[in-house]
Order: sequence, then structure tokens, then C-alpha cells
Amino acid sequence: MMGRITQRFEALKGQSKTALIPFITAGDPRPPVTVPLMHAMVAAGVDLIELGVPFSDPMADGPVIQRSSERALEHRVSLLDVLGMVREFRAQDARTPVVLMGYLNPIEVMGYDRFAAQAGDAGVDGVLVVDAPPEESHELVGILRAAGLDLIYLLAPTSTEERIAKVAEVASGFVYYVSIKGVTGSGHLDVDQVVAKLKPIRRMIRLPVGVGFGIRDAASAARIARVADAVIVGSATVRRMEDLADMPQRIPDTVCDFLSGLRAAIDAAGDP
Amino acid sequence: MHPSHVDTTQLPDAGGHFGRYGGRFVAETLMYPLEELRVAYERYLKDPTFLAELEADLRDYVGRPSPLYHAERWSRELGGARIFLKREDLNHTGAHKVNNTVGQALLAQRMGKTRIIAETGAGQHGVATATVAARLGLTCVVYMGEVDMARQEANVYRMRLLGAEVVAVKSGSRTLKDALNEALRDWVTNVDDTFYIIGTVAGPHPYPALVRDFQTVIGREARAQLLERTGRLPDALVACVGGGSNAIGLFYPFLDDAEVAIYGIEAAGDGLATGRHAAPLCAGTPGVLHGNRTYLMEDRDGQIIPTHSISAGLDYPGVGPEHAWLKDSGRARYEAITDAEAVAAFHALTRIEGIIPALESSHALAFAAKLAPTMPKDQSILVNLSGRGDKDMHTVASREGIRL
Repeated sequence: MMGRITQRFEALKGQSKTALIPFITAGDPRPPVTVPLMHAMVAAGVDLIELGVPFSDPMADGPVIQRSSERALEHRVSLLDVLGMVREFRAQDARTPVVLMGYLNPIEVMGYDRFAAQAGDAGVDGVLVVDAPPEESHELVGILRAAGLDLIYLLAPTSTEERIAKVAEVASGFVYYVSIKGVTGSGHLDVDQVVAKLKPIRRMIRLPVGVGFGIRDAASAARIARVADAVIVGSATVRRMEDLADMPQRIPDTVCDFLSGLRAAIDAAGDP
Repeated sequence: MHPSHVDTTQLPDAGGHFGRYGGRFVAETLMYPLEELRVAYERYLKDPTFLAELEADLRDYVGRPSPLYHAERWSRELGGARIFLKREDLNHTGAHKVNNTVGQALLAQRMGKTRIIAETGAGQHGVATATVAARLGLTCVVYMGEVDMARQEANVYRMRLLGAEVVAVKSGSRTLKDALNEALRDWVTNVDDTFYIIGTVAGPHPYPALVRDFQTVIGREARAQLLERTGRLPDALVACVGGGSNAIGLFYPFLDDAEVAIYGIEAAGDGLATGRHAAPLCAGTPGVLHGNRTYLMEDRDGQIIPTHSISAGLDYPGVGPEHAWLKDSGRARYEAITDAEAVAAFHALTRIEGIIPALESSHALAFAAKLAPTMPKDQSILVNLSGRGDKDMHTVASREGIRL
């Protein structure tokens, strides 16, 4: 059976559209914000949602996403709580794919089998585990796939062709190209370098390629939209939430204004 | 054994695993630089020119071999086995840390890296890194938790004197684990020109093996020294374990000597029952942190929990994966010593032998003091005195209500 992620990318391909994927951390700044925000983002035109699982030691993340994790952990948001949020979201939205993004340890502690079963049951479609490269995820990828879940792999500017081939063997759903050397939300996006690196990736991997890290506004989203199958926006979204951490009722409108702007820019970039 | 020989064994496997522990759990961006490091490390540890240079540095700059000292008066008072101290406290910069930084800095030079980064807890590894960077003229940035900087002001000043930039880490618990996160973030951003000198036998492959190989000089020397002195191997080895580099350095050359008992000593802080400790092997569970699978201090949700020890160098929620494997295999035993017991041993060695030990090493000494009376006088215990206590004056004084 074709998963929700693949279905969504197939549909977009048919319309010659590039996907918009926002990242938010589950439970940031408070747990009740998350599910209504997910629905609002869908209404604003996003195609897939990356939902961050808070972790105490997010070693690949920059300060903005680190602080979002800390805010969620102040409310003791656990992996089980995040699965509960997805379940709640799914009750009203059966179509928008949801990918959990986080670090391996909470999944290790829950147990791969238990996690896969519960995530599948909650309506999760894919999992991106930042610190589980192909070499360390043989067991996890098998268990997730058996439960109908995609394991989304990262590729980076430092990935050699040998490594791209390794990812090609195991990846499903889509692959996530990290556009800069650095942590989330850092650095200067060099679109020419992204274009150059996407060549071997496209040649070796048949899956859709999303590009993230360093996309912060409509202009950078539009430039990436011309070369990628999905534009992924994390820190720029989360920063807007942080600014409103004390006024969470204003978060959905502010975030959706921002995402609608990106949506329009991405769609315009695709027009001939 | 030739002193420049660096051990290689069956473990870790090609992927850096010690049984189910170890490995390379990092984001994709770091996979290639880690592989590049592994290739360089395996090449140079077989390169006679590199090894000769390392040996000369350890001799002329670090001051090796470090002495083996029979703590005769202390042994007599305890009334049991003879206690021998491997005097890593006499190394340049005052601890075993420099054995590793000298080696990694030479590797960095060979690999053409011009910028060195490191994490530090108590500041000993930071000082040892800043020291070798100064000597080789390399740029050096040290990440240190804000809390640790306040506890170890003198070491912060030492690093700055040596020309290093010390960056205060303000995320998470603002201690060693967060400094490690921040160093990894720096590395991922500056992989092209930067060499990350990890200070312990943790982190992603090849660090646990690489740091071990640079630290086994401790055990190789001690083994030869004790054999020469007593004609036999020690009956027990004792070393403190935070990340575990001084302990692996001592233990590794004795792993095949089944008659030698091996004890790694963790920090029990206020006591294991209080939860305020830093003893993942004694009271933690397996998980994945900082690039490797090992025993961790974590909660039921898989979040890393705060640790406590009077000794900043042991105040870490993980432990080197080889120790996790040695624990499960039964080859080594892991015990824990409280803050109070460590401070008592700190005073005992100072007053009885005229040696002021680091609080980290005092954990090993406290366990040796418990073990010795249970063993006959013709047996011996080899303790790694991994560092000197000068840095801990303020900590001990303030615990006892004395203002310096």
C-alpha cells in the first residue's frame, strides 16, 4: 500500500507543485498549542508536517530549536505525549502526512517494536531520527517499515557518493538534504552549492528530495523551490512561536501568515 | 613491549561497536569527517615516524614515564594489600588528560587542520588541549558549561593565558554534557578546518578507541614498573570512571590477565539511593547519547537527567562504551563512592603520603582504602592517581566552611 507521504508527493508532482513542510516542536510553547496549530498550518497550505519530539540534548540543532525543546520539556512532553497529539490530529485530518523528527534515545528507551506499533496506530507516517544514520539503523528501519512507516534519512554537503548510495538502499518516503554545514537555523544558504549536490543525489535516489536548514523567508524558499521537491522550514517558524511564547493564542495566525507567504512564493517560483 | 607500540585488539569492530555498545550515532554531516578521522588514525598509529614523534613528546614535554609510587605508610595504616599509585598527577598540566591531547594534536597537524576545539568539565581537558594548541600554534576554542566555569575559575584563566578562547555554554544544564553538545555543533559547522579533540573514551567511533589507544601508555608503563618492582602482576586495579579515559588507559593492557581484578569507580554523589549522583554503570540504563550507545543517566522518557558529583570531572551522565561492555561481560566491576568518602580519602592521602590528589582520583583512592584491608599483605593494588588536587582547593575548602 502506498503511504500517505508517497501519495502526497505523487499528487504534487501531478500538479507540478513543490511541497511546503514546516517543522514545529511538539508541546512548544505549551502542549495545548500543538494540535490546533497543525490544523491551522494545513489550512494555510502546508503539505506535510514535521513534528519535533523534544529531547534534552539536541546536538544537531541551533539555539532556536534547542530552546523550543527546552520549553516543551518544561511541560514534560514525552514521546508518548507526542504520539497522543498525532492521534488527536488524525481524528480530524486523515490526509496530511506527519513525520516525527527527533533523536534516537527516546525511541530506544520506549523500544523499537513498541514505538513502531504505537506510532503506526497513532497515524504517524514517517520518522526522521537525526542521530541514526544508515549504519546504525538497520534494525529500526526494518521494524518501522513492517509497521508501514517510512524512515526519512538525511544527506549533507559532506555526503560522499558512497554515502548517497548507502542512503539510496534504505530510504523511503523522501530524503532530507541538509543544505548547509551547520546546525538548524544557522549559516548562509548557497543555492548554487545545493544545486550542485542535488545532481548526484537525483541520479542515485529515485525518491523526492526535500531541502532544509537555512531557509528563512519567501525569497530563499522560492529559490529552493525551483530545485527541490519540498521546502522545509524549521527555525524560521519556531522563532515566530518563541516571540509569542507568552501570547500563545496569537501563534496560529502569525505562523500561518508566514507560511502562507512562503506558499505563495513557492507556487509563483514554479510558474513558467 | 616497546613503549611506542600502540595496542590494537579485536574490539571495537569495524563500525566502532563494543558488543551492543559504541557505534556512530551522529547526524549525516559528521559521518564523513568521522570516517576521515578513522582512516587517518589507523594510518598514523602504524606510522613509525608519527609514533617516534609521539613518544618524544610524551617523554620530553609530558614528562613520561610517570613514576609508580608505593604508598607504604598509607598501606600500613589500612592493614592489608600494598597500594601502588600510578602518578599521572605528575604529568605536565597535572593529569592524565595530556597523554591524549598530545596525540590528537599531532593527528590534527598531520591532517592539515588548523583549528582545535574541545569540551571541558572541570577544565583539565580544556587546559591540556589549550596547552598543546599553544605549543603547535593552532587556534583553540574550548566549550565549557557556565556552571562549570563558575566552579573552576582558575582553569578558565589558565586556558585564556594559553591563548584559548573559552566559550560559556548556556544551554541545558550548563555543564559538561552541554559543552559536548556545543562542541559537536561547532564541529558540524566548521568541519573543513577544525579538529575536535574529545577528552574521554566516549563520543562516536573512532573516539572511544582512539582516546583509549593514546591513554594505554598508563597501563603499559604501570604493568612493566610493577613487574620490575614486585616480580608479579597486581591483584587488583582501581581507577575512577567519569567518561572513563584514565580507567581504560590503566585497564586495557591487563584485560587478558584474568587473575587481575578490575574495579572502575563511579561518583555516588550524595548516595546512589538519593538519585543525586553520576553513576550510570551502577544505577543507569542503556541508551544513545553523544554519538554512542552506552549506559546513561536518563528518565523513563529517554531524557538525560541532571547528575551530581563533588568532582566536576566525573559529573557526566554517560560513560565510555567500552566500560559498558566490560561491565556486561563481567571482566570489570563497577562500584560507586560518595562525595563524603572521596573527600575523606583526599584528606587521608594528603596527610599520610604528602600527595594532594584530584577529587576525581580520590574516588579511586577511597575504594582502594576499602578494598586493601580485605586482602592479604603479600597482594597489591594498583591505583591510577589520575590527577593532582591543586584545582580542587576551593571546592574542598568551601565544603568545609573555609574561605580562601
